[in-house]
Amino acid sequence: MSKPKFAMYWAASCGGCEIAVLNIHEKILDVDANFEVVFWPVAMDAKYKDVEAMEDGSITLCLFNGGMRNDENEHVAKLLRKKSQIMVAFGSCACEGCIPGMGNFSNVNQLIDTAFTTLSTDNPQNLRPQTSYEVPEGTLTIPTMNPLLKTLDQVVDVDYYMPGCPPESHQIAAVVELVIAALQGNAQLPPKGATIGAGNSTVCDECTRKRNVKLIKEFSRIQLTHPDPELCLLEQGIPCNGIATRSGCNARCPSVGAQCIGCYGPAEGVVDYGARLISAFASVIDSENPDEIDKILDGLVDPAGQFYRFNLAGSLLRGSKYAKNGA
Amino acid sequence: MTDKPETKFEPVIIGFTCNWCSYRAADMAGTARMKYAPNVRLTRLMCSGRLDPTFVFKAFAGGADAVLVSGCHPGDCHYINQNYKAMRRFHLMKRVLVQMGIEPGRLKLLWASAAEGAMFAREVNSFVEEVRALGPLNWNSNHVHTADHVMSVVAEGHEHEAEVAA
Ligand code: FES
Repeated sequence: MSKPKFAMYWAASCGGCEIAVLNIHEKILDVDANFEVVFWPVAMDAKYKDVEAMEDGSITLCLFNGGMRNDENEHVAKLLRKKSQIMVAFGSCACEGCIPGMGNFSNVNQLIDTAFTTLSTDNPQNLRPQTSYEVPEGTLTIPTMNPLLKTLDQVVDVDYYMPGCPPESHQIAAVVELVIAALQGNAQLPPKGATIGAGNSTVCDECTRKRNVKLIKEFSRIQLTHPDPELCLLEQGIPCNGIATRSGCNARCPSVGAQCIGCYGPAEGVVDYGARLISAFASVIDSENPDEIDKILDGLVDPAGQFYRFNLAGSLLRGSKYAKNGA
Repeated sequence: MTDKPETKFEPVIIGFTCNWCSYRAADMAGTARMKYAPNVRLTRLMCSGRLDPTFVFKAFAGGADAVLVSGCHPGDCHYINQNYKAMRRFHLMKRVLVQMGIEPGRLKLLWASAAEGAMFAREVNSFVEEVRALGPLNWNSNHVHTADHVMSVVAEGHEHEAEVAA
């Protein structure tokens, strides 16, 4: 009997998700023993036309990472959706846009200008990429950027969500094990639409720091303070996102003295990650005076960046008006 | 929407009031037949402290041109100090919305006691004119620009607790 087929793809992402998969160490041999890898650009040579030639639904498991930044990303997402039985939005970029999704604060022209003119760029002719260019041999084209980066499920139907930037390797290993067991009839897959490889609670729930009453008179930045090693970071005025973030990482960052920045995405039941954090942060401010409140809030230098670092594309507003108005 | 210049832009504004003061102010304005602009669709919450910023983001994403948050005067909240929480949320929310490109004039906080019907009506009228001057926000061009539609977006997931005032 032939083995079930496995695919993994990267759209607008950094490659960290691929590394995280390799980081499951010898379990990667189980992937190889149980699956035939048919498409995985980072690990093997394959062309889109190879995927196009596959029968619909012939790939059993597709781990798709990356957001939908351009029309090529969307094309491959639709193609792999058609060819795959189980489509997993793998990692924060596919689930909620992640760091590339912060491009949704700006419009495409601003993004291109930043990439092609700023200090670190050597571009004396002030060139810009053209999506279509005539050469004697014909027309060369490159993908066109979307005005807003979209999440995978804003483009195709997604079966499961696996959050994390990147997903923790022990979580990936557990999911791989589960899928293998399910294929062998020894386990059941969770219901469609479920979040897999993560907890159902918040990072705070996994954090071992001591919590008292949170009331703060000022926000501080982690690089400017020596946080108490035992006490809740938010209680010390350090903007920690753990309170709205899904558990599953074992509170990695807070346990080594760095605030949670939210890479596991919104906790179960949270509709808009930033809105939940606005509620939470507003609750800890110890003031009933509007001027003082404003002064305390000045300590949060970039609230939208703080609250939507990973979740802008997946949020209710999806991006800023600047991004929406100029393509 | 039409772009004929003679058609006046009618802003769609969602207003959140608390049950004890500001809703009664609005009610008083209504029963005393004080005229105020019909552009604000009021939703009654028990307290301004119940205002989840998610409601506001849903309202803008769903096509609202502006949002009014109102509650009892500071010190007068029927749940002790929850309107101070609303005040802090309002200030933080506004900062985030501005970063999103939503003008600060599209989110207003108004304290009103149950006796301040006239003031409530006046404030609503001037808010409507300010928003009219800002023009349509048009966050999602696929959405219909009506209060009914915006409220259906805001109430999604809250069907069991939603009570939308006429
Ligand atoms: S009861 Fe009116 S603001 Fe709390």
